[in-house]
Amino acid sequence: MKKNTLYYLVIGFTMVATMATWADDIIVSGGGSIFGQKPIPVALEGFTGEAASVLMFDLYVQGFSFVSPGAAQYLIKGSGADNVTGSLTDNFAHKMLLSRTYNGASARRQAHAFADDIVGAIRNLKPIGGTKIAFKSQSPGGSGEIYVADFDGNDAKPVTTDGAIVAKPAWMPGRMALYYTSYARSNPDIFYHSLSSGQRRVIAGYSGLNTGAAVSPDGSKVAMILSKAGSPNVWVCNADGTDLRRLTKGVEDSSPCWSPNGEWICFAAKINFRRVLAKVPAGGGEVQRLPTSGVSNPTEPDWSPDGKWIAFTSQMGDFSICVMAADGSLSPVVLVPGQNPSWSPNSRTLVYNHGPNSRQSLAVLDVFTRQTKDCRRAPGSNSEPAWAR
Amino acid sequence: MKLNKIVLPLVLALSATLAATTGCTHKFAGKVTNLPNHGAVTTGETAANPNIPPAPPIEPPTPPPVSTPVTPPAMPEHPPTAEINLENYNLDRQTLAAYTVHFKFDSAVVEDSEQANIASVAQALGEANLKLLIEGHCDERGTEEYNRSLGERRALALREALGKVNLDPMRVKTISYGKDKPVDPGHDEAAWAKNRRGEFILLHPKVPAQ
Repeated sequence: MKKNTLYYLVIGFTMVATMATWADDIIVSGGGSIFGQKPIPVALEGFTGEAASVLMFDLYVQGFSFVSPGAAQYLIKGSGADNVTGSLTDNFAHKMLLSRTYNGASARRQAHAFADDIVGAIRNLKPIGGTKIAFKSQSPGGSGEIYVADFDGNDAKPVTTDGAIVAKPAWMPGRMALYYTSYARSNPDIFYHSLSSGQRRVIAGYSGLNTGAAVSPDGSKVAMILSKAGSPNVWVCNADGTDLRRLTKGVEDSSPCWSPNGEWICFAAKINFRRVLAKVPAGGGEVQRLPTSGVSNPTEPDWSPDGKWIAFTSQMGDFSICVMAADGSLSPVVLVPGQNPSWSPNSRTLVYNHGPNSRQSLAVLDVFTRQTKDCRRAPGSNSEPAWAR
Repeated sequence: MKLNKIVLPLVLALSATLAATTGCTHKFAGKVTNLPNHGAVTTGETAANPNIPPAPPIEPPTPPPVSTPVTPPAMPEHPPTAEINLENYNLDRQTLAAYTVHFKFDSAVVEDSEQANIASVAQALGEANLKLLIEGHCDERGTEEYNRSLGERRALALREALGKVNLDPMRVKTISYGKDKPVDPGHDEAAWAKNRRGEFILLHPKVPAQ
Protein backbone atom coordinates (compact mmCIF):
# COMPACT_ATOMS: atom_id res chain seq x y z
CA MET A 1 0.00 0.00 0.00
CA LYS A 2 2.70 2.42 1.12
CA LYS A 3 4.80 1.52 -1.89
CA ASN A 4 1.86 2.19 -4.23
CA THR A 5 1.13 5.59 -2.69
CA LEU A 6 4.74 6.61 -3.12
CA TYR A 7 4.58 5.33 -6.68
CA TYR A 8 1.55 7.46 -7.53
CA LEU A 9 3.03 10.44 -5.73
CA VAL A 10 6.19 10.18 -7.82
CA ILE A 11 4.12 9.84 -10.99
CA GLY A 12 2.04 12.81 -9.91
CA PHE A 13 5.04 15.01 -9.17
CA THR A 14 6.65 14.03 -12.43
CA MET A 15 3.49 14.97 -14.30
CA VAL A 16 3.24 18.32 -12.53
CA ALA A 17 6.91 18.98 -13.18
CA THR A 18 6.55 18.01 -16.82
CA MET A 19 3.47 20.18 -17.23
CA ALA A 20 5.26 23.06 -15.56
CA THR A 21 8.08 22.64 -18.04
CA TRP A 22 5.62 22.59 -20.90
CA ALA A 23 3.91 25.65 -19.51
CA ASP A 24 7.27 27.43 -19.33
CA ASP A 25 7.99 26.44 -22.89
CA ILE A 26 4.63 27.69 -24.03
CA ILE A 27 5.15 31.04 -22.30
CA VAL A 28 8.63 31.39 -23.76
CA SER A 29 7.60 30.62 -27.31
CA GLY A 30 4.35 32.59 -27.05
CA GLY A 31 6.03 35.69 -25.62
CA GLY A 32 8.77 35.55 -28.18
CA SER A 33 7.24 37.58 -30.97
CA ILE A 34 8.64 37.86 -34.46
CA PHE A 35 11.13 40.29 -32.91
CA GLY A 36 12.11 37.87 -30.14
CA GLN A 37 13.53 35.00 -32.14
CA LYS A 38 16.34 32.89 -30.74
CA PRO A 39 19.71 33.35 -32.42
CA ILE A 40 21.19 30.39 -34.33
CA PRO A 41 23.98 28.82 -32.20
CA VAL A 42 27.31 28.49 -34.01
CA ALA A 43 30.83 27.59 -32.91
CA LEU A 44 33.82 29.48 -34.21
CA GLU A 45 37.12 27.56 -34.32
CA GLY A 46 40.59 28.55 -35.39
CA PHE A 47 40.06 32.26 -35.97
CA THR A 48 41.90 34.90 -33.94
CA GLY A 49 42.44 38.63 -33.98
CA GLU A 50 40.82 40.74 -36.65
CA ALA A 51 39.26 37.86 -38.62
CA ALA A 52 37.60 36.56 -35.45
CA SER A 53 36.29 39.99 -34.41
CA VAL A 54 34.88 40.71 -37.89
CA LEU A 55 33.18 37.30 -38.06
CA MET A 56 31.73 37.68 -34.57
CA PHE A 57 30.41 41.20 -35.25
CA ASP A 58 28.85 40.34 -38.62
CA LEU A 59 27.28 37.08 -37.40
CA TYR A 60 26.03 38.51 -34.08
CA VAL A 61 24.16 41.38 -35.76
CA GLN A 62 22.54 38.95 -38.20
CA GLY A 63 21.05 36.66 -35.58
CA PHE A 64 23.78 34.19 -34.56
CA SER A 65 25.11 33.35 -31.10
CA PHE A 66 28.42 31.75 -30.14
CA VAL A 67 28.47 28.45 -28.23
CA SER A 68 30.78 25.48 -27.69
CA PRO A 69 31.22 23.11 -30.67
CA GLY A 70 29.09 20.44 -28.92
CA ALA A 71 26.12 22.78 -28.57
CA ALA A 72 26.45 24.38 -32.00
CA GLN A 73 24.06 23.89 -34.88
CA TYR A 74 26.79 25.03 -37.27
CA LEU A 75 30.54 24.75 -37.01
CA ILE A 76 32.68 27.50 -38.54
CA LYS A 77 36.30 26.38 -38.85
CA GLY A 78 39.25 28.03 -40.40
CA SER A 79 42.07 30.45 -40.08
CA GLY A 80 42.66 34.14 -40.56
CA ALA A 81 46.42 33.84 -40.75
CA ASP A 82 47.68 34.87 -44.18
CA ASN A 83 44.47 34.62 -46.21
CA VAL A 84 41.10 33.89 -44.63
CA THR A 85 40.21 30.24 -45.20
CA GLY A 86 37.15 28.68 -43.70
CA SER A 87 34.48 26.03 -43.80
CA LEU A 88 30.89 25.88 -42.59
CA THR A 89 29.44 22.55 -41.45
CA ASP A 90 25.87 21.77 -40.46
CA ASN A 91 26.35 19.76 -37.24
CA PHE A 92 22.80 18.37 -37.33
CA ALA A 93 22.77 17.24 -40.96
CA HIS A 94 26.51 16.36 -40.86
CA LYS A 95 26.99 18.25 -44.08
CA MET A 96 29.59 20.73 -45.18
CA LEU A 97 27.86 23.77 -46.65
CA LEU A 98 30.84 25.89 -47.52
CA SER A 99 34.61 25.70 -47.84
CA ARG A 100 36.46 28.63 -49.28
CA THR A 101 39.67 30.63 -49.39
CA TYR A 102 39.65 34.39 -49.79
CA ASN A 103 42.37 36.21 -51.70
CA GLY A 104 43.16 39.87 -52.12
CA ALA A 105 41.96 43.08 -50.46
CA SER A 106 42.51 43.17 -46.68
CA ALA A 107 42.08 40.60 -43.93
CA ARG A 108 38.99 42.58 -42.81
CA ARG A 109 37.44 42.43 -46.27
CA GLN A 110 38.17 38.71 -46.53
CA ALA A 111 36.54 38.04 -43.13
CA HIS A 112 33.49 40.16 -44.11
CA ALA A 113 33.23 38.15 -47.36
CA PHE A 114 33.38 34.85 -45.43
CA ALA A 115 30.70 36.13 -42.99
CA ASP A 116 28.52 37.09 -45.96
CA ASP A 117 28.90 33.57 -47.41
CA ILE A 118 27.99 31.99 -44.04
CA VAL A 119 24.92 34.20 -43.57
CA GLY A 120 23.94 33.61 -47.20
CA ALA A 121 24.23 29.82 -46.83
CA ILE A 122 22.23 29.64 -43.58
CA ARG A 123 19.77 32.53 -43.76
CA ASN A 124 19.74 33.20 -47.51
CA LEU A 125 20.31 36.93 -46.92
CA LYS A 126 21.72 39.56 -49.22
CA PRO A 127 25.34 40.31 -48.20
CA ILE A 128 26.04 43.38 -46.05
CA GLY A 129 29.72 42.78 -45.16
CA GLY A 130 30.99 45.20 -47.79
CA THR A 131 28.39 47.91 -47.30
CA LYS A 132 29.00 51.47 -46.12
CA ILE A 133 27.24 53.85 -43.77
CA ALA A 134 27.26 57.64 -43.74
CA PHE A 135 26.69 59.62 -40.54
CA LYS A 136 27.35 62.94 -38.87
CA SER A 137 29.99 63.56 -36.26
CA GLN A 138 29.38 66.58 -34.05
CA SER A 139 31.72 68.48 -31.74
CA PRO A 140 30.41 69.94 -28.44
CA GLY A 141 30.22 73.37 -30.14
CA GLY A 142 27.62 72.08 -32.61
CA SER A 143 29.69 72.00 -35.79
CA GLY A 144 30.59 68.70 -37.36
CA GLU A 145 31.42 66.75 -40.48
CA ILE A 146 29.79 64.06 -42.58
CA TYR A 147 31.64 60.74 -42.35
CA VAL A 148 31.58 57.54 -44.38
CA ALA A 149 32.62 54.21 -42.82
CA ASP A 150 32.19 50.46 -43.15
CA PHE A 151 28.86 49.42 -41.64
CA ASP A 152 30.65 48.33 -38.44
CA GLY A 153 32.23 51.80 -38.09
CA ASN A 154 35.69 50.79 -39.28
CA ASP A 155 37.69 52.81 -41.78
CA ALA A 156 35.74 56.03 -41.00
CA LYS A 157 36.69 59.00 -43.18
CA PRO A 158 35.31 62.55 -43.16
CA VAL A 159 33.86 63.59 -46.51
CA THR A 160 33.41 67.25 -45.53
CA THR A 161 35.90 69.69 -44.02
CA ASP A 162 33.68 72.77 -43.66
CA GLY A 163 33.59 72.98 -39.86
CA ALA A 164 29.88 73.77 -40.15
CA ILE A 165 26.74 72.28 -38.62
CA VAL A 166 25.79 69.26 -40.73
CA ALA A 167 22.80 66.92 -40.70
CA LYS A 168 21.03 63.90 -42.15
CA PRO A 169 23.22 62.29 -44.82
CA ALA A 170 21.35 60.16 -47.39
CA TRP A 171 22.79 57.84 -50.05
CA MET A 172 22.06 57.86 -53.72
CA PRO A 173 21.04 54.17 -54.14
CA GLY A 174 23.83 52.04 -55.60
CA ARG A 175 26.22 54.97 -56.01
CA MET A 176 29.09 56.48 -54.04
CA ALA A 177 27.17 59.74 -53.70
CA LEU A 178 25.46 61.50 -50.80
CA TYR A 179 22.96 64.21 -50.11
CA TYR A 180 23.26 66.00 -46.78
CA THR A 181 22.39 69.22 -44.96
CA SER A 182 25.14 71.74 -44.22
CA TYR A 183 25.09 75.22 -42.71
CA ALA A 184 28.37 76.03 -44.54
CA ARG A 185 26.68 78.93 -46.37
CA SER A 186 25.10 80.26 -43.12
CA ASN A 187 21.81 78.56 -43.96
CA PRO A 188 20.71 74.91 -43.74
CA ASP A 189 21.07 73.89 -47.40
CA ILE A 190 20.95 70.47 -49.06
CA PHE A 191 24.11 69.45 -50.92
CA TYR A 192 24.71 66.71 -53.46
CA HIS A 193 28.22 65.28 -53.08
CA SER A 194 29.77 62.67 -55.38
CA LEU A 195 32.31 60.71 -53.33
CA SER A 196 34.01 59.29 -56.43
CA SER A 197 34.69 62.67 -58.10
CA GLY A 198 34.57 64.93 -55.02
CA GLN A 199 32.21 67.24 -56.88
CA ARG A 200 29.40 68.79 -54.90
CA ARG A 201 26.72 71.40 -55.30
CA VAL A 202 23.67 72.85 -53.60
CA ILE A 203 20.46 71.22 -54.83
CA ALA A 204 18.19 73.03 -52.37
CA GLY A 205 19.32 76.39 -51.01
CA TYR A 206 16.00 78.15 -50.69
CA SER A 207 15.23 80.73 -48.05
CA GLY A 208 14.39 79.03 -44.77
CA LEU A 209 14.94 75.39 -43.87
CA ASN A 210 16.34 72.90 -46.41
CA THR A 211 16.96 69.50 -44.79
CA GLY A 212 16.08 65.81 -44.53
CA ALA A 213 16.99 64.72 -48.06
CA ALA A 214 15.89 61.17 -48.99
CA VAL A 215 16.55 59.69 -52.42
CA SER A 216 13.93 57.60 -54.22
CA PRO A 217 14.82 53.90 -54.67
CA ASP A 218 15.43 54.43 -58.41
CA GLY A 219 17.69 57.42 -57.68
CA SER A 220 15.65 59.80 -59.82
CA LYS A 221 13.97 61.94 -57.14
CA VAL A 222 14.76 63.54 -53.80
CA ALA A 223 12.21 64.13 -51.04
CA MET A 224 13.10 66.77 -48.45
CA ILE A 225 11.85 69.30 -45.94
CA LEU A 226 11.67 72.92 -47.12
CA SER A 227 10.06 75.88 -45.33
CA LYS A 228 10.15 78.18 -48.37
CA ALA A 229 6.36 78.35 -48.52
CA GLY A 230 6.06 79.31 -44.84
CA SER A 231 5.96 75.89 -43.12
CA PRO A 232 8.46 73.02 -42.85
CA ASN A 233 6.84 70.63 -45.34
CA VAL A 234 7.66 67.70 -47.61
CA TRP A 235 8.75 68.65 -51.11
CA VAL A 236 10.08 66.50 -53.94
CA CYS A 237 12.38 67.34 -56.84
CA ASN A 238 14.53 65.60 -59.44
CA ALA A 239 17.92 64.28 -58.30
CA ASP A 240 19.55 67.46 -59.70
CA GLY A 241 17.15 69.78 -57.86
CA THR A 242 14.89 70.61 -60.80
CA ASP A 243 11.10 70.17 -61.03
CA LEU A 244 10.38 71.10 -57.42
CA ARG A 245 6.92 70.23 -56.10
CA ARG A 246 5.28 70.69 -52.73
CA LEU A 247 3.61 67.54 -51.34
CA THR A 248 2.33 68.53 -47.88
CA LYS A 249 0.87 71.64 -46.25
CA GLY A 250 0.75 70.74 -42.56
CA VAL A 251 2.10 72.87 -39.76
CA GLU A 252 5.40 71.04 -39.19
CA ASP A 253 6.79 68.01 -41.03
CA SER A 254 10.16 66.23 -40.78
CA SER A 255 12.20 63.21 -41.93
CA PRO A 256 10.72 61.95 -45.21
CA CYS A 257 11.59 58.43 -46.47
CA TRP A 258 10.50 56.42 -49.52
CA SER A 259 8.57 53.19 -49.85
CA PRO A 260 10.75 50.71 -51.77
CA ASN A 261 8.36 50.78 -54.74
CA GLY A 262 8.77 54.54 -54.92
CA GLU A 263 5.03 55.16 -54.64
CA TRP A 264 4.87 56.64 -51.12
CA ILE A 265 6.77 59.09 -49.01
CA CYS A 266 6.44 58.44 -45.29
CA PHE A 267 7.26 61.27 -42.86
CA ALA A 268 6.71 62.66 -39.37
CA ALA A 269 3.92 65.22 -39.17
CA LYS A 270 2.24 67.25 -36.46
CA ILE A 271 -1.50 67.02 -36.08
CA ASN A 272 -3.29 68.76 -33.19
CA PHE A 273 0.07 69.51 -31.55
CA ARG A 274 1.03 65.82 -31.57
CA ARG A 275 3.73 64.00 -33.52
CA VAL A 276 2.34 61.32 -35.87
CA LEU A 277 3.57 59.29 -38.82
CA ALA A 278 1.91 59.85 -42.18
CA LYS A 279 2.39 58.98 -45.82
CA VAL A 280 1.65 60.83 -49.04
CA PRO A 281 1.73 59.59 -52.65
CA ALA A 282 5.11 60.55 -54.14
CA GLY A 283 3.33 62.10 -57.11
CA GLY A 284 1.11 64.18 -54.84
CA GLY A 285 -2.23 63.43 -53.21
CA GLU A 286 -3.94 63.01 -49.91
CA VAL A 287 -1.91 62.66 -46.71
CA GLN A 288 -2.82 59.49 -44.78
CA ARG A 289 -2.03 58.94 -41.11
CA LEU A 290 -0.24 55.71 -40.18
CA PRO A 291 -1.53 54.04 -37.01
CA THR A 292 1.17 53.81 -34.31
CA SER A 293 -0.93 52.64 -31.38
CA GLY A 294 0.94 51.92 -28.17
CA VAL A 295 3.84 54.31 -28.72
CA SER A 296 4.15 58.10 -28.50
CA ASN A 297 5.91 60.79 -30.50
CA PRO A 298 6.99 58.78 -33.56
CA THR A 299 9.61 60.43 -35.81
CA GLU A 300 12.33 59.44 -38.37
CA PRO A 301 10.51 56.65 -40.20
CA ASP A 302 12.57 54.37 -42.47
CA TRP A 303 10.84 51.87 -44.77
CA SER A 304 12.63 48.50 -45.14
CA PRO A 305 13.92 47.66 -48.65
CA ASP A 306 11.71 44.52 -48.73
CA GLY A 307 8.67 46.75 -48.13
CA LYS A 308 7.48 44.88 -45.03
CA TRP A 309 8.54 47.11 -42.14
CA ILE A 310 8.74 50.72 -41.05
CA ALA A 311 11.32 51.46 -38.34
CA PHE A 312 11.15 54.77 -36.46
CA THR A 313 12.11 56.62 -33.29
CA SER A 314 9.55 56.95 -30.53
CA GLN A 315 9.91 59.20 -27.53
CA MET A 316 8.36 58.08 -24.27
CA GLY A 317 10.72 59.71 -21.82
CA ASP A 318 13.78 58.38 -23.60
CA PHE A 319 14.09 57.54 -27.29
CA SER A 320 13.40 54.02 -28.54
CA ILE A 321 13.82 52.20 -31.82
CA CYS A 322 10.45 50.79 -32.93
CA VAL A 323 9.42 48.59 -35.85
CA MET A 324 5.92 48.07 -37.21
CA ALA A 325 4.46 46.32 -40.25
CA ALA A 326 4.20 48.80 -43.13
CA ASP A 327 0.73 47.45 -43.99
CA GLY A 328 -0.49 47.97 -40.41
CA SER A 329 -0.85 44.23 -39.72
CA LEU A 330 1.52 44.45 -36.75
CA SER A 331 1.43 47.33 -34.26
CA PRO A 332 4.70 49.03 -33.32
CA VAL A 333 7.08 46.99 -31.16
CA VAL A 334 9.64 48.80 -29.01
CA LEU A 335 13.00 47.09 -29.60
CA VAL A 336 15.92 48.93 -27.95
CA PRO A 337 16.82 52.43 -26.68
CA GLY A 338 18.03 54.62 -29.54
CA GLN A 339 17.04 56.93 -32.39
CA ASN A 340 17.37 57.50 -36.15
CA PRO A 341 17.09 53.89 -37.44
CA SER A 342 18.25 53.11 -41.00
CA TRP A 343 17.68 49.71 -42.66
CA SER A 344 20.43 47.57 -44.12
CA PRO A 345 20.03 46.38 -47.74
CA ASN A 346 18.88 42.95 -46.48
CA SER A 347 15.97 44.31 -44.36
CA ARG A 348 17.14 42.38 -41.28
CA THR A 349 19.39 44.84 -39.47
CA LEU A 350 19.24 48.52 -38.53
CA VAL A 351 21.98 51.02 -37.82
CA TYR A 352 20.97 53.70 -35.30
CA ASN A 353 22.45 56.03 -32.66
CA HIS A 354 22.11 55.89 -28.89
CA GLY A 355 23.69 57.10 -25.67
CA PRO A 356 24.02 60.41 -23.83
CA ASN A 357 23.01 63.42 -25.93
CA SER A 358 26.44 64.95 -26.38
CA ARG A 359 28.18 61.62 -27.00
CA GLN A 360 26.04 59.46 -29.25
CA SER A 361 27.35 56.14 -30.58
CA LEU A 362 26.29 54.19 -33.62
CA ALA A 363 25.12 50.61 -33.18
CA VAL A 364 23.80 47.81 -35.37
CA LEU A 365 20.62 45.97 -34.33
CA ASP A 366 19.39 42.59 -35.53
CA VAL A 367 15.66 43.37 -35.32
CA PHE A 368 14.50 39.74 -35.15
CA THR A 369 16.69 38.72 -32.18
CA ARG A 370 17.21 42.25 -30.80
CA GLN A 371 20.94 41.60 -30.60
CA THR A 372 22.94 44.83 -30.85
CA LYS A 373 26.59 45.74 -31.14
CA ASP A 374 28.20 49.19 -31.03
CA CYS A 375 30.05 50.35 -34.13
CA ARG A 376 33.60 51.61 -33.86
CA ARG A 377 33.49 55.30 -32.88
CA ALA A 378 34.55 58.24 -35.01
CA PRO A 379 35.55 61.49 -33.25
CA GLY A 380 32.78 63.47 -31.56
CA SER A 381 29.13 62.54 -31.18
CA ASN A 382 28.09 60.10 -33.93
CA SER A 383 24.49 60.22 -35.12
CA GLU A 384 21.97 60.17 -37.99
CA PRO A 385 23.45 57.10 -39.72
CA ALA A 386 22.33 56.15 -43.23
CA TRP A 387 23.00 52.68 -44.57
CA ALA A 388 24.02 52.57 -48.24
CA ARG A 389 21.61 50.37 -50.18
CA MET B 1 31.21 -14.00 -61.84
CA LYS B 2 29.32 -11.55 -63.97
CA LEU B 3 27.69 -10.16 -60.87
CA ASN B 4 31.08 -9.47 -59.26
CA LYS B 5 32.17 -7.50 -62.29
CA ILE B 6 29.23 -5.17 -61.85
CA VAL B 7 29.16 -5.02 -58.05
CA LEU B 8 32.86 -4.36 -57.48
CA PRO B 9 32.99 -1.03 -59.36
CA LEU B 10 29.74 -0.02 -57.73
CA VAL B 11 31.12 -0.68 -54.26
CA LEU B 12 34.30 1.18 -55.12
CA ALA B 13 32.35 4.16 -56.46
CA LEU B 14 30.13 4.19 -53.38
CA SER B 15 33.09 4.15 -51.01
CA ALA B 16 34.73 6.95 -52.94
CA THR B 17 31.57 9.05 -52.69
CA LEU B 18 31.26 8.32 -48.98
CA ALA B 19 34.90 9.25 -48.41
CA ALA B 20 34.44 12.47 -50.29
CA THR B 21 31.32 13.51 -48.40
CA THR B 22 32.23 12.40 -44.88
CA GLY B 23 35.65 11.33 -43.68
CA CYS B 24 37.76 13.49 -45.91
CA THR B 25 36.02 16.81 -45.42
CA HIS B 26 39.05 18.46 -43.82
CA LYS B 27 41.06 17.75 -46.95
CA PHE B 28 38.43 19.37 -49.19
CA ALA B 29 40.24 22.16 -50.99
CA GLY B 30 37.16 24.34 -51.36
CA LYS B 31 36.46 27.23 -53.66
CA VAL B 32 38.53 30.38 -53.87
CA THR B 33 36.99 33.83 -53.76
CA ASN B 34 39.21 36.58 -55.14
CA LEU B 35 38.36 39.95 -53.68
CA PRO B 36 39.05 43.18 -55.57
CA ASN B 37 41.85 45.19 -54.01
CA HIS B 38 40.08 48.54 -54.08
CA GLY B 39 38.44 48.14 -50.72
CA ALA B 40 34.80 48.22 -49.76
CA VAL B 41 32.01 48.53 -52.23
CA THR B 42 28.51 49.72 -51.73
CA THR B 43 25.65 47.68 -53.01
CA GLY B 44 25.40 48.11 -56.72
CA GLU B 45 28.66 49.92 -57.31
CA THR B 46 31.87 48.00 -57.88
CA ALA B 47 34.36 50.72 -58.76
CA ALA B 48 34.22 52.72 -55.55
CA ASN B 49 37.14 55.02 -54.91
CA PRO B 50 38.63 53.98 -51.55
CA ASN B 51 40.33 57.31 -51.05
CA ILE B 52 37.58 59.84 -50.81
CA PRO B 53 38.91 63.09 -52.25
CA PRO B 54 38.62 66.11 -49.98
CA ALA B 55 35.59 68.25 -50.55
CA PRO B 56 36.38 71.14 -52.88
CA PRO B 57 35.27 74.67 -52.07
CA ILE B 58 31.55 75.05 -52.35
CA GLU B 59 30.50 76.09 -55.80
CA PRO B 60 28.36 79.21 -56.08
CA PRO B 61 24.72 78.26 -55.72
CA THR B 62 23.08 77.17 -58.91
CA PRO B 63 20.36 79.49 -60.14
CA PRO B 64 17.01 78.62 -58.60
CA PRO B 65 15.82 75.42 -60.27
CA VAL B 66 12.94 75.69 -62.65
CA SER B 67 9.95 74.84 -60.54
CA THR B 68 6.42 74.04 -61.42
CA PRO B 69 3.91 76.66 -60.27
CA VAL B 70 3.57 76.37 -56.54
CA THR B 71 0.12 76.57 -55.08
CA PRO B 72 -0.14 79.24 -52.38
CA PRO B 73 0.14 78.00 -48.78
CA ALA B 74 -3.08 76.58 -47.41
CA MET B 75 -3.10 78.95 -44.47
CA PRO B 76 -2.56 82.62 -45.29
CA GLU B 77 -1.04 83.13 -41.84
CA HIS B 78 2.06 81.26 -43.10
CA PRO B 79 3.60 83.66 -45.64
CA PRO B 80 6.41 82.31 -47.83
CA THR B 81 9.93 82.87 -46.52
CA ALA B 82 11.86 85.94 -47.63
CA GLU B 83 14.98 85.95 -49.83
CA ILE B 84 17.48 87.73 -47.59
CA ASN B 85 21.17 87.08 -48.22
CA LEU B 86 23.07 87.42 -44.96
CA GLU B 87 26.27 88.27 -46.86
CA ASN B 88 24.77 91.70 -47.59
CA TYR B 89 24.19 92.53 -43.92
CA ASN B 90 26.10 93.11 -40.71
CA LEU B 91 24.67 90.96 -37.94
CA ASP B 92 23.86 92.83 -34.72
CA ARG B 93 23.20 90.31 -31.94
CA GLN B 94 23.24 92.89 -29.11
CA THR B 95 20.40 95.35 -29.76
CA LEU B 96 17.55 92.81 -29.56
CA ALA B 97 19.20 90.30 -27.20
CA ALA B 98 16.91 91.30 -24.33
CA TYR B 99 13.79 90.34 -26.30
CA THR B 100 14.55 86.62 -26.74
CA VAL B 101 11.26 84.71 -26.64
CA HIS B 102 10.94 81.39 -24.81
CA PHE B 103 8.63 78.49 -25.59
CA LYS B 104 6.91 75.73 -23.67
CA PHE B 105 8.12 72.14 -24.11
CA ASP B 106 7.54 70.81 -27.64
CA SER B 107 5.53 73.93 -28.49
CA ALA B 108 5.85 76.64 -31.15
CA VAL B 109 3.01 78.72 -29.68
CA VAL B 110 4.04 82.31 -28.91
CA GLU B 111 2.67 82.81 -25.40
CA ASP B 112 0.73 85.97 -24.47
CA SER B 113 3.44 86.73 -21.90
CA GLU B 114 5.89 87.19 -24.80
CA GLN B 115 3.84 89.88 -26.60
CA ALA B 116 5.86 92.69 -25.01
CA ASN B 117 9.03 91.25 -26.58
CA ILE B 118 7.29 91.00 -29.95
CA ALA B 119 6.18 94.64 -29.74
CA SER B 120 9.69 95.78 -28.79
CA VAL B 121 11.25 93.93 -31.72
CA ALA B 122 8.70 95.36 -34.16
CA GLN B 123 9.42 98.84 -32.84
CA ALA B 124 13.19 98.42 -33.18
CA LEU B 125 12.69 97.52 -36.85
CA GLY B 126 11.32 101.01 -37.53
CA GLU B 127 13.77 101.98 -40.22
CA ALA B 128 12.75 100.36 -43.47
CA ASN B 129 16.30 99.43 -44.50
CA LEU B 130 16.78 97.24 -41.40
CA LYS B 131 15.96 93.59 -41.64
CA LEU B 132 15.57 90.85 -39.06
CA LEU B 133 17.00 87.36 -38.59
CA ILE B 134 15.11 85.05 -36.24
CA GLU B 135 16.94 81.97 -34.92
CA GLY B 136 14.74 79.11 -33.72
CA HIS B 137 16.22 76.79 -31.07
CA CYS B 138 15.10 73.71 -29.13
CA ASP B 139 16.02 71.86 -25.97
CA GLU B 140 17.75 68.49 -26.25
CA ARG B 141 14.57 66.47 -25.69
CA GLY B 142 13.74 65.72 -29.28
CA THR B 143 15.49 64.03 -32.17
CA GLU B 144 17.79 66.15 -34.32
CA GLU B 145 15.63 66.40 -37.43
CA TYR B 146 12.37 66.75 -35.49
CA ASN B 147 13.96 69.65 -33.60
CA ARG B 148 15.23 71.20 -36.83
CA SER B 149 11.63 71.45 -38.04
CA LEU B 150 10.36 72.53 -34.61
CA GLY B 151 13.03 75.28 -34.43
CA GLU B 152 11.98 76.51 -37.87
CA ARG B 153 8.32 76.44 -36.85
CA ARG B 154 9.19 78.51 -33.75
CA ALA B 155 11.07 81.09 -35.85
CA LEU B 156 8.18 81.20 -38.32
CA ALA B 157 5.66 81.57 -35.48
CA LEU B 158 7.60 84.59 -34.20
CA ARG B 159 7.65 86.00 -37.74
CA GLU B 160 3.89 85.53 -37.95
CA ALA B 161 3.42 87.19 -34.53
CA LEU B 162 5.49 90.16 -35.76
CA GLY B 163 3.32 90.25 -38.88
CA LYS B 164 0.27 90.74 -36.67
CA VAL B 165 1.86 93.90 -35.27
CA ASN B 166 2.46 95.06 -38.84
CA LEU B 167 6.06 94.04 -39.43
CA ASP B 168 6.35 93.01 -43.08
CA PRO B 169 7.26 89.28 -43.11
CA MET B 170 9.37 89.90 -46.22
CA ARG B 171 11.83 91.78 -43.98
CA VAL B 172 12.36 88.69 -41.82
CA LYS B 173 14.68 85.73 -42.42
CA THR B 174 14.31 82.58 -40.32
CA ILE B 175 16.91 79.96 -39.49
CA SER B 176 16.54 76.83 -37.38
CA TYR B 177 19.42 75.40 -35.38
CA GLY B 178 17.34 72.63 -33.81
CA LYS B 179 19.20 71.54 -30.68
CA ASP B 180 22.65 72.29 -32.12
CA LYS B 181 23.20 75.61 -30.28
CA PRO B 182 21.99 75.45 -26.67
CA VAL B 183 22.71 78.50 -24.48
CA ASP B 184 22.84 76.27 -21.42
CA PRO B 185 24.59 72.90 -21.76
CA GLY B 186 22.76 71.51 -18.70
CA HIS B 187 20.41 68.56 -18.70
CA ASP B 188 17.64 69.81 -16.39
CA GLU B 189 14.41 71.76 -16.78
CA ALA B 190 16.13 75.08 -15.97
CA ALA B 191 18.57 74.56 -18.85
CA TRP B 192 15.91 73.23 -21.22
CA ALA B 193 13.62 76.23 -20.54
CA LYS B 194 16.45 78.60 -21.51
CA ASN B 195 17.24 76.61 -24.67
CA ARG B 196 13.66 76.58 -26.07
CA ARG B 197 13.91 80.02 -27.61
CA GLY B 198 13.74 82.39 -30.52
CA GLU B 199 16.57 84.93 -30.82
CA PHE B 200 16.31 88.20 -32.75
CA ILE B 201 19.32 89.48 -34.71
CA LEU B 202 19.15 92.91 -36.31
CA LEU B 203 20.46 93.06 -39.89
CA HIS B 204 22.15 96.32 -40.95
CA PRO B 205 22.74 96.60 -44.68
CA LYS B 206 26.44 96.69 -45.53
CA VAL B 207 27.52 100.00 -47.02
CA PRO B 208 28.78 99.25 -50.52
CA ALA B 209 32.53 99.92 -50.71
CA GLN B 210 33.30 102.88 -52.98
